[in-house]
Amino acid sequence: MSVQIPPTERLRTDTIQINMGPHHPSTHGVFRMVLTLDGETVVDLEPRFGYLHRGIEKTAEERTYVQNVPFTDRLDYICGITNNWAYALALEKLAGIEVPERAEYIRVILGELTRVMNHMLAIGFLWNDLGATTFTPVVYAFRERERILDLIEMAAGSRMMPSYIRAGGVVADLPEEFMPRLQKLVPHLKRFIDEMDTMLTKNEIFRARAVGVGVLKAKDAINAGISGPVLRASGVPYDIRKVDSYSIYDRFDFEVPVHTAGDVYARYLQRLAEARQSLRIIEQAMRDIPEGPVTSLPYKQLSRLKPPKGEAYGRIESPKGELGFYLVSDGSNKPYRFRIRSTSLLNLTLLREMCIGHKVADVVTILGSIDITLGDVDR
Amino acid sequence: MENVWSIENVWNAIGMALQNWLAGFLPAWLVTLIMDLLVIVVLLAIGIVAVLILSFLERKVAARAGDRYGPNRWGPYGVLQPFADAIKMLIKEDIVPHVADRFSFNLAPVIVTVGAVMTYAVLPFGRNMVAANLNIGILYFAAVGSLSIIGLLTAGWGSRNKYALISAFRSVAQLITYEVPLALCIICVVMLAGSLSTQDIVLAQQERGWFFLLMPGIFILYFLAASAEMIRCPFDLLEADSEIVAGHFIEYSGMKFALFFLAEYIHLFAGSAMMVTLFFGGWLGPWLPSWLWFLIKTFVVIFVFMWIRNTFPRIRIDQVLKIGWKVMVPAGLVGLAITGFVDKLIADTLIAGVVLFVCNIALIVGVSYFMGRAQRQKEMAAEGAALR
Amino acid sequence: MLTHEEILSRLRERFPEAVLDVPEGMIDFTIVIAPQAWHDVALFLRDELGYDFLTNVTAVDWPDRFEVVYHLYGVQAGHPLLTIKLPVTDKENPVVPSVVDVWRSADFQEREEYDLMGIRFEDHPNLKRIMMWEGYEGHPLRKDFQNRTYSYAELEPTRKATPDW
Repeated sequence: MSVQIPPTERLRTDTIQINMGPHHPSTHGVFRMVLTLDGETVVDLEPRFGYLHRGIEKTAEERTYVQNVPFTDRLDYICGITNNWAYALALEKLAGIEVPERAEYIRVILGELTRVMNHMLAIGFLWNDLGATTFTPVVYAFRERERILDLIEMAAGSRMMPSYIRAGGVVADLPEEFMPRLQKLVPHLKRFIDEMDTMLTKNEIFRARAVGVGVLKAKDAINAGISGPVLRASGVPYDIRKVDSYSIYDRFDFEVPVHTAGDVYARYLQRLAEARQSLRIIEQAMRDIPEGPVTSLPYKQLSRLKPPKGEAYGRIESPKGELGFYLVSDGSNKPYRFRIRSTSLLNLTLLREMCIGHKVADVVTILGSIDITLGDVDR
Repeated sequence: MENVWSIENVWNAIGMALQNWLAGFLPAWLVTLIMDLLVIVVLLAIGIVAVLILSFLERKVAARAGDRYGPNRWGPYGVLQPFADAIKMLIKEDIVPHVADRFSFNLAPVIVTVGAVMTYAVLPFGRNMVAANLNIGILYFAAVGSLSIIGLLTAGWGSRNKYALISAFRSVAQLITYEVPLALCIICVVMLAGSLSTQDIVLAQQERGWFFLLMPGIFILYFLAASAEMIRCPFDLLEADSEIVAGHFIEYSGMKFALFFLAEYIHLFAGSAMMVTLFFGGWLGPWLPSWLWFLIKTFVVIFVFMWIRNTFPRIRIDQVLKIGWKVMVPAGLVGLAITGFVDKLIADTLIAGVVLFVCNIALIVGVSYFMGRAQRQKEMAAEGAALR
Repeated sequence: MLTHEEILSRLRERFPEAVLDVPEGMIDFTIVIAPQAWHDVALFLRDELGYDFLTNVTAVDWPDRFEVVYHLYGVQAGHPLLTIKLPVTDKENPVVPSVVDVWRSADFQEREEYDLMGIRFEDHPNLKRIMMWEGYEGHPLRKDFQNRTYSYAELEPTRKATPDW
C-alpha cells in the first residue's frame, strides 16, 4: 500500500530512503525505522526491532517463578508496578492463589499512581518530540514523577524496579508515612494535571500539529490488536478494568473516557482524562483500605511454588495498553513457557499505515503519541 | 576635531584620541587604514562577546523556565561557562567525513559567518556610532543577511548526508519565504521614516514616536518573520534536534561547528538590534547614554525571543511555508497599503499616527480571525474521524 | 455473549473435521483445531461469531509437537477469552497457515514465532526475522537450544558486510 507518484513529463523525481536509526533522540529507545520519502512526505515506513532483545522469555524458563519477578520490572521500565501485577495475576490464575483485601487495595493505589505518572510522562515526551526544545514540559512532568517515585520507594524500596507485587499479595506492608503523604499528594497531582491542561491543551501550534495527524480508525485498531489509550482515543470504549473486572476494580466508581477523533490530539486528551480518573480511583481506595495481612503466600512458600500442570493467560490494563502473561506449567517450580504479550509491540502494528502521507516531522509525533517503551517491544 | 569627553561619547572620544595620537607620527592614509581596521576588529569583538553572553543567557533562561538552575559550576553562577564551551570547541578534533565534498564542506561555515558578521556594519550602536553610515543601510542589511542561506545549502550538500540535505532544502525554502514579509515590513518603516539609512530611521522615531506604537501589526509581522529568519523557535525545524538531529551542521565538529554556532548567535544579536532600530527607537531614551539604551533594548528583545523559544513547540515545515506565503505576505501587503495611504494622505503626523495604530489593530484582529476560522474548520472535520 | 456449548456446536456444524479436541479441566476454555483448516476457522470466528480481537499468538515447544496458541477476545460483542491451539506434529518442518489477513495483530507476533521457534507461517507477507538479526541461524526459544555465550569470532561470519536496508 504505497502512494503512487505520477512522473511529470520533463521532471523525474525520485524517492529518498533515510534511516531513523537506533541512535535517535526521539525514538523513545533503540528503535529503528526505515523511511522512504518523496520530498517531505512519507511514502513507506518499515520498523525494525530487536535492538533491546534480551531473551527474557528464554531465560525465565530456567528460573523459578519468584526469580522471574525482577525480569518483569524491566519490561516496561517506566511502569514497573503494573508489569509485576500482570505477572502476579497470571500466576494467581494458574495456581489458584487468593489475595487478601489489603493487598488488593495497595495494588490498586500503586497501579493507579503508576498510570498517572506514565500519562504525565507520555504527554511531556510528546511535547518534547513536538519541539518544546529545552525540555520544559518534560521537566515539569518529571518533577511530579519524582514525588510519585518517592512514594513507590517508600513502599517497595526501589524507585523504578520495584518487584513489589508478587503472586499472593505484595511483599511488605506500607510504612506509616505512606498514607499521609499520599493524602497530600493527590490534590497536588490534581492541580498539576489541571495546570498542564490549561497551559498545553489550547496551544495553537500544538493543535495545528496534532489535529488530524495519525488518524487511526476504530475498526483497524481492533483488528490490529491495539489496546489502551490509543484504542480508546479511536472511539472504542474497551477498558480491561471494566471488561474483565480483575482485582477489585468493580468496587470503584470511575468512568472510561473515550474520544472519537483518533488523532494525536485525541490521544493527548485521552491520557489527560484517564489520569484524572485514576486520581479518582486513588481517592476511593485511600478511603476504603482495610487492615489485614498483605500477602497470602509468604516468601518461603512462594519460592517453592509448584503450580499444578496447566496454563493460564492473565492480562491487565497497564498504562500503555493490555499487558498479558501466558504461563504454561508442567508441575515443576520453573515455568515451561513464559510468554509476555507485549503492549507496545502490538501498538506499533499500524505505525506504517498511520504515517503514510504525512511529513517526516509527523512520524516522530505519531510515535510519541503511541507511547512505546522499547523494553516492552523487544523483551 | 574637538573631543568632548562624556559618558555618552566615551567610545567616540577614545577613537578620536587614538586617531590624533597616530596622526602624530604616521601618514594620513595609514592612519585611516588603521582606524578602519580597528573598527572592523571592534565589530568582530562585539559579535564574539555577544555570542559568549548570549549562549550563556540562553541556557540560563531555558533552565529557569524549567524550574532548574542551568550551568552553575564554572565561576559564580556559572558565568565562566561560555569560556569552557569555547575551549571545548576549539580543542575538539576536526573531522571531515571521508566522502564529503571537501571544498564545500570547508567553505560553508565561512560563508555563513561572514554573512552574519557583515550586517553589523550598519547597526546604530549609539548617537554617532555607526560603523558605516550608508544611506542604503537597511537595504544593505537585508541583502547581506541573506548571504547565509547559500552557506547553509553548501553545508547540507557538502556533508554528503541525507539528513543534512533534507535540512538544507528546508532551510532554503523557509529562509527565502520569510525574506518577503521581512522586506514588506521594512518598507513600511522606511516609508514612515523617509530614508533607508539606519541613523535616519532612529531620528525619525524621535520625531514621530516609536514605530512599534504606531504600527503594532507591522511590528508583530516583523517579529515573526525575524524569528523565522534567525531560525528561532517556533520556526527552528531546521535544526530540530528531535527529528533530524541538528540539521545541516550534523557532520561538523570542532572549530567549524563553533563557527556555525557563532554565526547563529551573531545573527540573533543583529536581528534583535535591527528590530530595536526599526521599531523601538534605537538608541533613543532619557538620561542614560545612548549606547547603553541600545544594549538594554536589544537584550530585552533577545530575552523575549528566548522566552518564546522555551514555551512553544515547533511548527512543521509545510505549515511554516503555508503561513509565510498565505498569511504573512498578504498581511504584509495590506499593511503596506495602509501605511502608504495613511502616510501620504494625512498631513498631520499626530492624526496619521492614531489612524495608523487603529488600522494596524484591525489588521491583527482580521488575520487572527481568519486563521482561527481555518483552524476550527479543520478541527471540526477531525472530530469523529476514527469512527467513520 | 456466547456460551462455550454454542461456540462448539456452531464450530462443529460448520467445520466438522476441524475441531480435534476440547481439553477438560483447563483454566481457560480451549479448543484444539487442525492446522490445515485454521484459516477458514479464523474467518468464521471473526465474521460470524464476532471474535475480532486477536490478542496473543504464541507457540509452545512440547517434546512431541509444537503447539501454536491463539488468544481471542470479542471487543464489540463483549466475548470473553477463547483459546485456540494448533498442534503441529512435524517438528522438522513446522508449517501453519498465517492469519495476517484475518487479524492484523498477527503480523509481528507470527514473525516473532518464526524467528524464535522456527515455525513457518504460509502466506505471511513479510516472514523475516524480527528480534534476532538477519543471517542468524537457529531458533533460540526451542527447548533443544543451548543457552550459551557466543564469541565474536563465531558471530562475525553471520553479520553481513553491507547492512541491508
